[in-house]
Amino acid sequence: MRNSTFSPKLKSQASMLMKSKGMASLAAALLAIALGLIVGFFVMLIASPESAFNGFTTMLFGGLGRLGDVFYFATPILMTGLSVGFAFKMGLFNIGASGQYTFGMFFALYAGFMWELPPGIHWIVCILAGMVGGMLWGFIPGLLKATLNVHEVITSIMLNYIGMYLVDMFIINNAKMYVPNMTRTAYLPSSAQIPSLGVPNSNVNLSIILAIAIAIILFVVLNKTTFGYELKATGYNKHASKYAGMSDTKNTILTMIIAGGLSGLGGAFAILAPSAIAGSSMTYEPINVIAANGFNGIAVALLGSSNPIGIIFSALFISHLGRGGSLVSAFYGYKPEIIDIVIAVIIYFSAFAMLMSVAVGKLFRKRNRGEVVRGPNASLTNHVKGKNENKEA
Amino acid sequence: MENYIIELLHITKEFAGFKANDDITLQLRKGEIHALLGENGAGKSTLMSVLFGLYQAEQGEIKKNGKKVTINNPNDANRLGIGMVHQHFKLVEIFTVLENIILGVEPNKLGFLQKKDARNKVVELSKRYGLQVDVDAIIENISVGMQQRVEILKMLYRENEILIFDEPTAVLTPQEIDELMEIMRGFTKEGKSILFITHKLNEIMAVADRCTVLRKGKGIGTVEIKNTTKEELSKMMVGRDVNFSVEKNEPHVGETILSVNRITMSSKLSKKDAVKDISFEVKAGEIVCLAGIEGNGQSDVIAAITGLEKVKEGTITLDSKDITRLPIRNRSVLGMSHIPEDRHKHGLVLDYSLEENMVLQRYWQPEFQTAGFIKNKEVRAYADRLIEQYDVRSGHGPISITRGMSGGNQQKAIIAREIDKRHKLLIAVQPTRGLDVGAIEFIHKQLIATRDKGKAVLLMSFELEEVMNVSDKILVMYEGEIVGELNPKETTIQELGLYMSGAKRNVKEKKYEK
Repeated sequence: MRNSTFSPKLKSQASMLMKSKGMASLAAALLAIALGLIVGFFVMLIASPESAFNGFTTMLFGGLGRLGDVFYFATPILMTGLSVGFAFKMGLFNIGASGQYTFGMFFALYAGFMWELPPGIHWIVCILAGMVGGMLWGFIPGLLKATLNVHEVITSIMLNYIGMYLVDMFIINNAKMYVPNMTRTAYLPSSAQIPSLGVPNSNVNLSIILAIAIAIILFVVLNKTTFGYELKATGYNKHASKYAGMSDTKNTILTMIIAGGLSGLGGAFAILAPSAIAGSSMTYEPINVIAANGFNGIAVALLGSSNPIGIIFSALFISHLGRGGSLVSAFYGYKPEIIDIVIAVIIYFSAFAMLMSVAVGKLFRKRNRGEVVRGPNASLTNHVKGKNENKEA
Repeated sequence: MENYIIELLHITKEFAGFKANDDITLQLRKGEIHALLGENGAGKSTLMSVLFGLYQAEQGEIKKNGKKVTINNPNDANRLGIGMVHQHFKLVEIFTVLENIILGVEPNKLGFLQKKDARNKVVELSKRYGLQVDVDAIIENISVGMQQRVEILKMLYRENEILIFDEPTAVLTPQEIDELMEIMRGFTKEGKSILFITHKLNEIMAVADRCTVLRKGKGIGTVEIKNTTKEELSKMMVGRDVNFSVEKNEPHVGETILSVNRITMSSKLSKKDAVKDISFEVKAGEIVCLAGIEGNGQSDVIAAITGLEKVKEGTITLDSKDITRLPIRNRSVLGMSHIPEDRHKHGLVLDYSLEENMVLQRYWQPEFQTAGFIKNKEVRAYADRLIEQYDVRSGHGPISITRGMSGGNQQKAIIAREIDKRHKLLIAVQPTRGLDVGAIEFIHKQLIATRDKGKAVLLMSFELEEVMNVSDKILVMYEGEIVGELNPKETTIQELGLYMSGAKRNVKEKKYEK
């Protein structure tokens, strides 16, 4: 990624490096997916041998027939994936994407129900409100980490629960938002819903385009700006970034606010999606469940190597599996849980393969350590060996 | 036919086509001290790893007492009586001395430890060889010198007869170094053989019988110490003449740049203060050196000046501006350059490219960014200039990832960055640590050139020769206080050692209340 900043003069060298580095992570991801698919197939074979093969192919290719839905369901996990991946870049593990997502959802709902605004503006305001909600829920762990050095994993996990219970409470206590006998929120006014992209039988809407645009913006921020430079420097080596005069406090808070905002947008995008059925909308059920899309974001970020562009594809891939999986449970009688297991296996293997590739890279470095000539008189040919060390750095 | 206890014959070890050891032969006589000399990366560690069974050589063989042996792992090496004191000690900090010595070879009956026998053996060994240790002390509470003696006792306890010392003097005071030399001589009298890895020529001249020199993976030769000179050895090691004496003119001392006034700092490790009410000044055009044994507060003082740590009391002024509570960025802007002690921890973002590291302090300045976007062209041009000017070598020039660069070139990159930055004060902390003679020469020249341009230089170093040769004024720290203020021209290394170990002081003791 960083190689994209190279001037044309050194493009050949740059592309060589890019190949080695990019290829390594691509190979790791593909290997993971292949391994995961094999194990996943065995899970299906055990659950129901006779329909395993048809079920498996449906799972892999069924989503292709419903591309609109693949994009629709990719939107929220793309956002939470970006949230987790962005924080990863600074060395922070934002496991609180769920809470931020739920809070974003609530803020978006609140703006949707309580504020009356002209159509064309209303949904934009709702999206922004959702972002603010997520930012707030990201700000708290960021502040605690930056000022009191409380680990963000602890605070953000706790805030997942606090956020979820608070939102459930707020919604149940709000007569305008809550429909008690249905245990869900009322239908949102259509002015608060994000415009649909008009794909028949699908809820896919403008938000997927916004989400992809945001991913591209994040890519630019990370790779072209001083803020991205600081952020990555801090993530790679926080001692050096402190030495260089970068403000760890400021950057930690800012990163968590941005990560929270991204998750919040994910929540807003999910709840403000238009319904294919006229006169209805998405609804929120205050039933004390933590939003799974937050945790799915971790898998999305891992599979995408925390690279915003990679995350676009990993979100689409996981969404694609999910769509295929729901067809399998509908047509071949597999329980949805089995499908979840298969998807989990694939994700699990991806995380495992990432670790493997890092470990292999480390091993490689260790074995090569003796060979790199360390001295001012070292000739250039000897230094080329350093290239191997750079991989998986 | 001579009687060699261990022979490494024509060892070749390749890594992916690159020969780290190329046909190296090293023969150790029984009862000799054999030095292994070479720059960093010359292949010393690889050769020792082959001897220790960590690597298998592609070609060549190892013989013990004339018989061919295979060493596949460190246990094999141990069985053959080969022991090693590593540069970084391998001790369990929270165990006692005795527990560390018997670790791995604990005498037991039915799984119950038999500490008494072990204890007697250790006490007997320590008496016999004059290795003073307190067998019941916890490792983390004893001095580095004693920890080293524990490492040596570990080898003796295992009845090793071939003892390898890897850079053993790096952490010791001059007096401790003398003691160690004495102990090593004692071992050879008992018939043990010693391989002594170092790049300090004085020590080789003082203690070794023979010396094998490696350069770029090749064996340059083995010489008898009594027939050679320091100059000759260094020429063998580096491949050219090296100038040992640091050439410098009289300092032209100007106005005060850095002033440290009565600072006190609390310690992270204990309840005692790490720095106790110390004051000093550094003026333009002079090199002031903070000397002392590691852990006597020098690092804390540096951290306070550079802003990495906070002070409890006192003030620090730079160019007559109070910087005591300023953020690091502001200190840098006011004219402070800092070559940090640990180049991997603080000096570089190892996963960043060389060019990205070259602007680590300055990426935010208008020269390198507009509206928050980094100007890649300017960064590249700037990095190219520094690389050219300071001869920083790497595989891919500005886009090399710094992790893959050699230690000397990493340090050169940091020095280039810090010296090129507009500054009035240069703080150089252990600038030559772990570097070879050629790089050290370069860095000393840069420090003196900086001084001669009228900048103030504050040096912190544990290398006594560096302290003596480079600085214009030496401040010795002991237990958080400045105990000596010395002129390097009027003092000796031995005297410096006395100050460092707290045996002598020429600065009046202040009434210090905690």
